[in-house]
Amino acid sequence: MSAPTQSAPVGQPSAPDGAPLLAATGLKVTFPLAAGLITRMRHEARVLRAVDGVDMTIGRGQALALVGESGSGKSTLARALAGLQRSDEGEIRLEGRVLPARRSSADQRTIQMVFQDPYSSLNPRLTVGGMLHELLRVHHVVPRAEVESHTRELLGLVGLSEDAVHAYPRQFSGGQRQRVAIARALALRPELLLADEPVSALDVSVQATILNLIQDLRAELGLTLLLISHNLAVVRHMCDTVAVMYLGRIIEVAPTEKLFAAPRHPYTAGLIAAIPRLTFSEEGDAPAVRGDPPSPLRIPTGCRFRTRCPVAQEICEREDPALTVSPGDPAHSAACHFAFAPVPPPRTPADEKATA
Amino acid sequence: MTDPAPTEPGLGMQLLQVDDLHVQIASRRGTVRAVDGVSLAVGAGEAVGLVGESGSGKSMTLRAIMGLLPPEAKITAGRVLLDGIDLTQLDHGQLNKIRGPKIAMIFQEPMSALNPVMRVGLQIAEGPLVHLGLSRAAAAQRALELMRRVGIPDPEQRFRAFPHEFSGGMRQRVMIAIALSCEPQLILCDEPTTALDVTIQDQILRLLTRLCRESGTSLIFVTHDLPVVAQVCQRLAVMYAGQIVERGTVEEVLTQPYHPYTLGLVRSAPDVDHPRATLAAIPGSPPSLITPPSGCRFHPRCKFAEEDCTTEEPPLRVLRSGRATACLHYERCQEALPLGAER
Repeated sequence: MSAPTQSAPVGQPSAPDGAPLLAATGLKVTFPLAAGLITRMRHEARVLRAVDGVDMTIGRGQALALVGESGSGKSTLARALAGLQRSDEGEIRLEGRVLPARRSSADQRTIQMVFQDPYSSLNPRLTVGGMLHELLRVHHVVPRAEVESHTRELLGLVGLSEDAVHAYPRQFSGGQRQRVAIARALALRPELLLADEPVSALDVSVQATILNLIQDLRAELGLTLLLISHNLAVVRHMCDTVAVMYLGRIIEVAPTEKLFAAPRHPYTAGLIAAIPRLTFSEEGDAPAVRGDPPSPLRIPTGCRFRTRCPVAQEICEREDPALTVSPGDPAHSAACHFAFAPVPPPRTPADEKATA
Repeated sequence: MTDPAPTEPGLGMQLLQVDDLHVQIASRRGTVRAVDGVSLAVGAGEAVGLVGESGSGKSMTLRAIMGLLPPEAKITAGRVLLDGIDLTQLDHGQLNKIRGPKIAMIFQEPMSALNPVMRVGLQIAEGPLVHLGLSRAAAAQRALELMRRVGIPDPEQRFRAFPHEFSGGMRQRVMIAIALSCEPQLILCDEPTTALDVTIQDQILRLLTRLCRESGTSLIFVTHDLPVVAQVCQRLAVMYAGQIVERGTVEEVLTQPYHPYTLGLVRSAPDVDHPRATLAAIPGSPPSLITPPSGCRFHPRCKFAEEDCTTEEPPLRVLRSGRATACLHYERCQEALPLGAER
């Protein structure tokens, strides 16, 4: 199979050595909520902190997963990284260069998204060919004469037949639509593919074909992948690094195998224990994590997980733990006072200011 | 009582027995054979899983049992026996006396199943008030007790709350409280945790299994998620294109599938504890139920398919107690690599 997007990176000259492909520091995204008269009179406008101070990096060629429950801010973070959502604070760097609020079209092309629902993310009035032709022409990806042939190459790349050029999205099944959505994203030769729950709207038997396709494309085109999923089994299968989000914050980052073998944050441990398995163990009735996640409108003081945490101490109420690098493994960090220290703490947790 | 072909032997008293159920839906493009000859039995205190993809007919089967089919769908053949009474022959009023004290149902989306303008406590108290003949005060007392049992914090305060004031997990707890309120013999669950987060799903599944175990209530649990079935059920039936293609205990079916479709389902889902290099996907997509494929309905997607699969419609054959398959060449599933061996 030919690989039309294997050419040199789009736009900018190559990065200074060591700069990750994409990095975010102190990123915050908030949504103001319509406030009632009384709250306005008291000057307490209500603000939903969807992404509440996120630091993250994605290295070239990496496959990073972003996991968390609904309302944890993972989709908002992805949209902010893709430039589809303005951020309130913090900065996003592409190859070391700070991206402005309004991105150049070259920068937009570098990061492309695949959305969850292939039924609503494709234009129903455009044929697949029409959609891809438009993209290729507007962004001058290939010379006009080659638009036709390049479209066919793209369809071949995602495993669709050439007949698909003349078909409308409604003529496809969910899995095929998701292939069209992937072809649309790849048309602009992105370096980073941002997939937001790409298989959760699909039937179980079809999910595997799409996951396999994404993996093949990654190997073939050297794509960097940011995969957002609530399904930890999918994440473990697809990604080499996992970042866990809780209430707008990344609370643990680790290489996949490390995270599953030895999670350091109590929330991560609970999340892994809560996955239903095919094994038939007679466990007790106690759930892995108790309680409901708090509303992002009322993020608890101190550690945001303390209301559900099995090991919460008095310090958790007072101090918000920073994302701290493990003393034993620079690739592993967690935002818990006791992540790398015994519980209960010997008076003052020493590792707390390691990143300050 | 006559014992029609593919019911389960050796299980003594069956609480629910579905015999050769057919449900058809009239549509503009033709008649959809949504449920096409499903037979199922549930014993007292037993939890049975019904697994399949969207469009496999699992939810329709459940709705047919409950008598809650949409208006365009009709039961065209078959019986649904609950304690010897055929539910398909009952009229609306008679069904209303069965729903609640005999059978209850928990839906996927509690927000659309609950009454948005009625206080949660009163919704839970309604069943005992109507079916058990309790006084208003006694019914309210019972609702409070149920709210406590399903783990709703501060039941006294939450009694007067409306559904929109609850989180998704709490709403599903309310649904469970309503389902349990008249002490039914059987609870039908239609993907009750699909809309919930993993940690909340874990809480709800544990709660549901504990409560049913304590009260001896039987369950039919419809889901597309095999691991969820493994957590809740003892027995399992796999549906494909309106038919049951395999049946057995959960452990047997999941570790040693006797149908290529089940094998595909088990192998195509990534396993969180045993990551594999590539996922064995099932090619193609589920067939149309207006014009299903000839012979075995799975044959266009089956890697073991042979000549006879395209012509012969395979019946659900009982192999041994409780174990049945609708595959003509089920032995070939066992020749395939055992689960996790390609790790």
